[in-house]
Amino acid sequence: MTVVDARGLRCPAPVIRIARAARDAASGTHITVLATDPAAVHDVPAWARMRGHAMVSSTEADGEYALTVEIG
Amino acid sequence: MILDAGGRAPLLTEARAAFVEALDQGWADPRRLFSEGRRARMLLDGAREAIAGVVGARTEEIDLAPSHVAALHTAVRSVARGRRRVGSGVVVGAVERAAVLNAAAFVAGDARLVVPVDATGRVDAATFAAAVAAPGVALAALQHANGEVGTLQPVDEVHVAARAAGVPLLVDAGASLGHVAVPPSWDLLAADAGDWGGPGGIGVLATRRGVRRSPDGPEDDDRWFPGGVSVPAALAAAVALQVAEQRRVAEAQRLHALVDRVRARVAAEVPDVDVVGDPDRRLPHVVTFSCLYVDGEALVTALDAEGFAVGSGSACTSSALEPSHVLAAMGVLTHGNVRLALPAGTTERDVDAFCDALPRLVARVRSALGVEGL
Repeated sequence: MTVVDARGLRCPAPVIRIARAARDAASGTHITVLATDPAAVHDVPAWARMRGHAMVSSTEADGEYALTVEIG
Repeated sequence: MILDAGGRAPLLTEARAAFVEALDQGWADPRRLFSEGRRARMLLDGAREAIAGVVGARTEEIDLAPSHVAALHTAVRSVARGRRRVGSGVVVGAVERAAVLNAAAFVAGDARLVVPVDATGRVDAATFAAAVAAPGVALAALQHANGEVGTLQPVDEVHVAARAAGVPLLVDAGASLGHVAVPPSWDLLAADAGDWGGPGGIGVLATRRGVRRSPDGPEDDDRWFPGGVSVPAALAAAVALQVAEQRRVAEAQRLHALVDRVRARVAAEVPDVDVVGDPDRRLPHVVTFSCLYVDGEALVTALDAEGFAVGSGSACTSSALEPSHVLAAMGVLTHGNVRLALPAGTTERDVDAFCDALPRLVARVRSALGVEGL
């Protein structure tokens, strides 16, 4: 599993970070992006839908979001 | 080129003329009993009568507010207070204006029930109806149409359900009045003069006779909006609405086709774009889309530099950290968002110029972020 740290970055940077990690990932790989930008909560699932990936989980603790997708 | 007229359209020529005229004729305090005061009162009541005629209300049902936000706040607060014996529940759609959502939270707290929307931004009428029929609901609020994405809401069906449950329905027509026919399916109706080409600083609240409401502020001659409104602004707002109504059918047909054109061209010519909102059952003049991997602020600035004034619901374009709650509730991309609300008179040449420039500017912003091939 890959973890991408996008904490402290504003939109659209978190989505761009996870997209870079996803580019060379094999189908079925799980990638988690850590973010503090609240827009990431909406934009990572929307990006996953547009790119044919699946959302696995979305959690928040103390203003930090962890969003995990499975590469399609 | 102004392509972002939602809530503050360029002032119509006729409204400007009425405003200037009323500065001479209606400068006085309409509460005064001398001639000048009476004349100002007459102009103010004339403005209310004209607005009543357009929305299908009686003149005495029309209150003028110092803003659309004030109209919405007062609608929610006064009905919640007037019906407090029924309960404190307020049912709202998820993509209502922030003024409605915040006022509902203010009066109802945990008893605010937010009805979700689908991917086009529309509430499900049956779900909304079920929420309204629950015990303890003082008020329901559903916009006629969403000003950010254009989607029309099922206000007719929801009003039937609200009426059956004995719950008054507040319909926010702030993005629709003057653009599409507003149906009679409301108990309270709010609207925004700035949106139809009137001056800023005038909101409308129409309240059907029989809706129980009670002020939650101090006594004032102007019971619902203490201190009243500017008479010249009220008159200009009414004149603008009459002009907008006269042009409405022809203009709506024209703008609807222009928005179809924008939707088709943006989807075809910009890679990785989400054109959102209902493509058919929508406001004639509103279109919004989100571009993947694009910084909304950079794109709005780049468009502005080429002479295109557009809006955006992206978080990075506002002082708030949160992106548009409308885009979020719909589950669509919130970054790289561009919103157009075409003012009356927008031409095909205007929208084509925008569509011609857009792909190049999106590519430039993407190139700066190094996102090619992602």
